[in-house]
Amino acid sequence: MQPIIQITDVNKIYTSGFQALNNINLSIKPAEIFALLGPNGAGKTTLISTICGIVDATSGQITVDGKDIVSGYRHTRELIGLVPQELTTDAFETVWTTVSFSRGLFGKKSNPAFIEKTLKSLSLWDKKDNRMMELSGGMKRRVMIAKALSHEPSILFLDEPTAGVDVELRKDMWQLVRQLRNDGVTIILTTHYIEEAEEIADRIGVIKNGQLILVEDKVALMNQLGKKQLILDLKEPLTEIPSAMTDFNLQVKNEGLQLIYSYDTTEEHTGISALLQHLSVAGIGFKDIKTDQSSLEDIFVSLVKEST
Amino acid sequence: MNRYAVAAIYKFEMARTKRTLFQSIISPVISTSLYFIVFGSAIGSRITEIDGVSYGAFIVPGLIMLSLLTQSISNASFGIFFPKFTGTIYELLSAPVSSFEVLLGYVGAAATKSILLALIILATAHFFVPLEIAHPLWMLFFLVMTAITFSLFGFIIGIWADNFEKLQVIPLIVITPLVFLGGTFYSVSMLPPFWQTVTQFNPVFYLISGFRWSFYGVADVSLITSIFVMSGFLAFCLLAVVWIFKSGYQMKQ
Repeated sequence: MQPIIQITDVNKIYTSGFQALNNINLSIKPAEIFALLGPNGAGKTTLISTICGIVDATSGQITVDGKDIVSGYRHTRELIGLVPQELTTDAFETVWTTVSFSRGLFGKKSNPAFIEKTLKSLSLWDKKDNRMMELSGGMKRRVMIAKALSHEPSILFLDEPTAGVDVELRKDMWQLVRQLRNDGVTIILTTHYIEEAEEIADRIGVIKNGQLILVEDKVALMNQLGKKQLILDLKEPLTEIPSAMTDFNLQVKNEGLQLIYSYDTTEEHTGISALLQHLSVAGIGFKDIKTDQSSLEDIFVSLVKEST
Repeated sequence: MNRYAVAAIYKFEMARTKRTLFQSIISPVISTSLYFIVFGSAIGSRITEIDGVSYGAFIVPGLIMLSLLTQSISNASFGIFFPKFTGTIYELLSAPVSSFEVLLGYVGAAATKSILLALIILATAHFFVPLEIAHPLWMLFFLVMTAITFSLFGFIIGIWADNFEKLQVIPLIVITPLVFLGGTFYSVSMLPPFWQTVTQFNPVFYLISGFRWSFYGVADVSLITSIFVMSGFLAFCLLAVVWIFKSGYQMKQ
């Protein structure tokens, strides 16, 4: 399948000399949700801004739908909708005016029915005559999304879409993102909320110091790098791990009342059966047993630390 | 041509005029009316005719030019500065629009607004002084060309400015003095020889002269010279705008 976005050897060095992007290579598949993770200043926004034409790349090439973003900017930009990180709005304009303006700016004929549908889908219809300055932060965020969707883009960039929004709106947005993906829209989002990527992304990219240090399918990533733990709540406190069990990756916690066994899910033999047998032989009883899997956040933190 | 984008920018800018009617239209009309009352009626009645034109009528083209220049610059500079200030410029930079289309939208709207204002001031002048327009087509030509040229100049100022003070500094300390010293209230022939020479370096002088010629058929310099200077300034503004868009100066990183 031909990628909808192809980024090849892209570098961005600002006039200050700061290198924000360092030899980025990335392919985005059509109708996928791609989450770009990275610490502050990693280059996430610069990468998005470069694809959208707001920032010029110092070198390299970016194509969207097979067209170069510089020579074929009319075609590529028509396909893209952008929700920036900052809530930058025309304070004195009404919701209806500002969303309609965006549609026109992106070369689409006026279509009040579509604008109405978009505003209704974002629960903005009753605010359509309100001026932007009268809206709450969450509502402004919705308007930013409405503006980005006003010209019916097939690629949507969401730069920190849920930063500073409440839980309800965040879940609404996740639902909207899934709906858009089901409608065939490719979504690229940057986020600080790992749970957001874990919840909705198909693929994950991790960027640090302008370099893409990892691009992987989310499920595969969690399987490859995720560690699983077996947690046993013991009946009696354990002072030390019996010598026969030192080969197991065990930790004693909670004043000896919890025994934690870390294992790799990808191994053919996890060692759980053998451990339970050893516990039985040693007469170590337990009253509860549970498992825990490392989150994407753990993986992200570990990756970023590794690359430092 | 992305005509929907041009229309969107144009309508957006024109809508701002409706919202700020007092600032955009009423305030300049009141200011100009005061000039007519003070210089045209009160003081003007004690001044003899200049080149066969009553003083009140003589200052009309200059006063229209004063409003046209300042409003063209103000409208266009604010139009492009405001999105930069609020951050909404991201939308313009990521839209499928060419530099020419952006210019057409912003400069077209700014020029339209200032031409409308100039025509309103012209109509207002009728209440204070008897007016005649000897060459109406030339009058319109000067009106439109000046509005476009100085809207372009305003657009450049709006791009250059990175705060509100810079936005005001050129109109206040450069344009207004140039208009006042460009023969708005007098004929250059009334000045001492040294100041006549200095005035030759004031581009606004040529605009006012040409514009006044279209009203009364009298001018300080020839029509050709006026058109030549105006065209030169228009070319300068166009070249500057082309450079701005090519380099991304103050717009792109």
